[in-house]
Amino acid sequence: MPELHAPPVTERAPAAPPLGPEPPRRAGLPLWFTGLAPLVLLAALVLAFLRFGPVGVFRAAFPPVEDLTLERIRLPEPGLMEVSVVNGGPEAVTIAQVMVDDANWVHSVDGSRRVERLERRTMRIPYPWVEGEPHTVTVVTSTGLTFSSEVAVATQSPPVDGRYLGTFALLGVYAGVIPVFIGLLWLPFVRAVDRKWVDFFLSLTIGLLLFLGVDALEEALETAGSVPGAYQGVALVVFGLLGTPLVIGAIGEWRKRARGERSPLWVAALIAFGIGLHNLGEGLAIGTSYATGEIALGTFLVVGFLLHNTTEGLGIVTPLAGERPRTLTLVLLGALAGLPTVLGAWIGGFTYSPVWTTLFFAVGAGAIGLVIYELWRLFARRSPAGLLAPLNAAGVLAGMLVMYATGLLVTA
Amino acid sequence: MTDRKLSRRDVLRAGALGTVGLAAGTGGLSLPALEQGPTAQDTTRGSHHDMMTVGQLAPGSFDPTGFLTRFDGGTVSRLPSGQVLREYELVAEDREIEVAPGVFYPAWTYNGEVPGPTIRCTEGDRLRIRFSNKGRHAHSIHFHGVHPSNMDGAFEPVHPGKSFIYEFDAEPFGVHLYHCHTVPIKRHIHKGLYGAFIVDPREGRPPANEMVMLMNAFDTNFDNENEVYAVNTVAFHYQKHPIRIRQHELNRIYLVNVTEFDLLNSFHIHGNMYRLYRTGTDLQRFEYTDMVAMAQGERAVLEFTYKHTGPFMFHAHQSEFAELGWSGVFLVQETLHA
Repeated sequence: MPELHAPPVTERAPAAPPLGPEPPRRAGLPLWFTGLAPLVLLAALVLAFLRFGPVGVFRAAFPPVEDLTLERIRLPEPGLMEVSVVNGGPEAVTIAQVMVDDANWVHSVDGSRRVERLERRTMRIPYPWVEGEPHTVTVVTSTGLTFSSEVAVATQSPPVDGRYLGTFALLGVYAGVIPVFIGLLWLPFVRAVDRKWVDFFLSLTIGLLLFLGVDALEEALETAGSVPGAYQGVALVVFGLLGTPLVIGAIGEWRKRARGERSPLWVAALIAFGIGLHNLGEGLAIGTSYATGEIALGTFLVVGFLLHNTTEGLGIVTPLAGERPRTLTLVLLGALAGLPTVLGAWIGGFTYSPVWTTLFFAVGAGAIGLVIYELWRLFARRSPAGLLAPLNAAGVLAGMLVMYATGLLVTA
Repeated sequence: MTDRKLSRRDVLRAGALGTVGLAAGTGGLSLPALEQGPTAQDTTRGSHHDMMTVGQLAPGSFDPTGFLTRFDGGTVSRLPSGQVLREYELVAEDREIEVAPGVFYPAWTYNGEVPGPTIRCTEGDRLRIRFSNKGRHAHSIHFHGVHPSNMDGAFEPVHPGKSFIYEFDAEPFGVHLYHCHTVPIKRHIHKGLYGAFIVDPREGRPPANEMVMLMNAFDTNFDNENEVYAVNTVAFHYQKHPIRIRQHELNRIYLVNVTEFDLLNSFHIHGNMYRLYRTGTDLQRFEYTDMVAMAQGERAVLEFTYKHTGPFMFHAHQSEFAELGWSGVFLVQETLHA
């Protein structure tokens, strides 16, 4: 189908012709005025609307659609539940009653029961929850609507203190930093092997990243579902997913213009950055799950992360096969990829916001997407068949398979 | 609240008597919890008095305590034949009601309240009920009992702005009910269009402290499951405001089940047994029990006398209903403080 092929570009056109004849500039209206006038008009309209109230069809004759999200349920001690709620709906919501497991229960609210749009409240419920069993908390609003959230397996939430931070620093180091560094130790190996095997490992990296990228995107979309309506979860995902490669790509172009050729180190740093963002999201998820008692930190989980994340280190060093990076550079790359796990776990332990989790995962997915694109272009330059050379295709598949197999271990 | 002080004293005394175990076994309740303030900012952690709604109804809301003993005999006159004529006015209105403190429900009502007025007459009386519909949907009144087909309310929906006169002789004696019979019936009932309809026997019943209780529930989020359960609409009302009765005095409850969605509701009292006259249509035969289960539309006359003083719970023996509002307390006293 020859029509599908664009004619080869032999020469760049000299200069784009103007879109049309230059419009005559209106005398008497300065440029700043024509630019600002619509904005001023808009502001005046909004002010008038707010000041004099809605008119006609805008006046609501129907009850507002309420949207209250129970973001987090903590069980700080036996006989006590702490529930954080946020109002993500268009109007204020009034908390009228609370039910736990279909029983009305007394409770206190830290502030007014009327929760304005985007405001948060924490409720304390003296409920004798039962270790190891599920519980459902339901908030009844003044209009009789109900909003619920479940504690899947009740277990006392660990207090967030120095010991907690230490535990998570250690967990982050084990799950995020050490494996990445171990992966980096493959550098002498990838430097010594044949070029076709370097290509294989690069393909493997693409496979790993494809897996991580899809994983991050899936997490982002899943978390987006629990983002309060007003924060527009899916829009956040799109923003992070597309905005990140645009920003990083623009920085890359700017660097290339300043420094000439794109360096393999830049690609390696990009990979480390993308993986780091993914790990930040992962750390947030771990920290939150731990703090809310959703997961137990078993050795199995840590071992899983060790294996899972070691492959990430391999991904980072492979582009550096032809380089002689300094040790400090490698350490920095490892830290860039691994340390965000610690940071994420710390943040996740103190506060859980699906908004930030969604954004981090989406940014991670976007960064990884860009890295895959960069590696793809690298391949196009390196070998004629690119990724479709049998060994390279096998590499991509192997990369995904390794992540899948080690991922089985961390699915707690 | 002229009896505020006494109420507190009762509560203290009741507290000294110890807690009242809830048969459900999931926890107990005691009277100090009845004095739960409107804000309940600091709850007693780990205590067992916490299964409760917080706060109070807005002033001017429907008062279940008043409703409990309010019987409407209508406007009474005599027909030329000498037959007693009782005339009633019932108006269907859309009205937002408070079914638990702070929880408002868009109800359809008879005369602005749920349940509607308790219509009471004597067997053989002529009843004339002028019904006008000021709601936004068609409604009707369907009385249980014996009457002509065209007075049954099932086939004559009364459209908004229209009215209808139901006229028939009250029979048989017993405790009955009336409710809207316009389709979809489920919605017209659970939105609040029902009330008790008591027909006394000609010879009357023995003198007693009489109460009317409708076991009802509200599906506040319209998912075809109830969120709020009660007798006489307000969750936990008679637990926060115990019903005071006198030791050794005969009590009579006209009990009606109008709960929608759930197949059964039930009535259980603590520390006592009652004489259960099903449908109240027989003055002789009764069952002696402390627990009766009823489908929607079933009703009974319950008679009992308390031997001991103190607080005694009464509640549905579906623990879930009890925990969602259908439980109350009789406070039995040697002499009533009023």
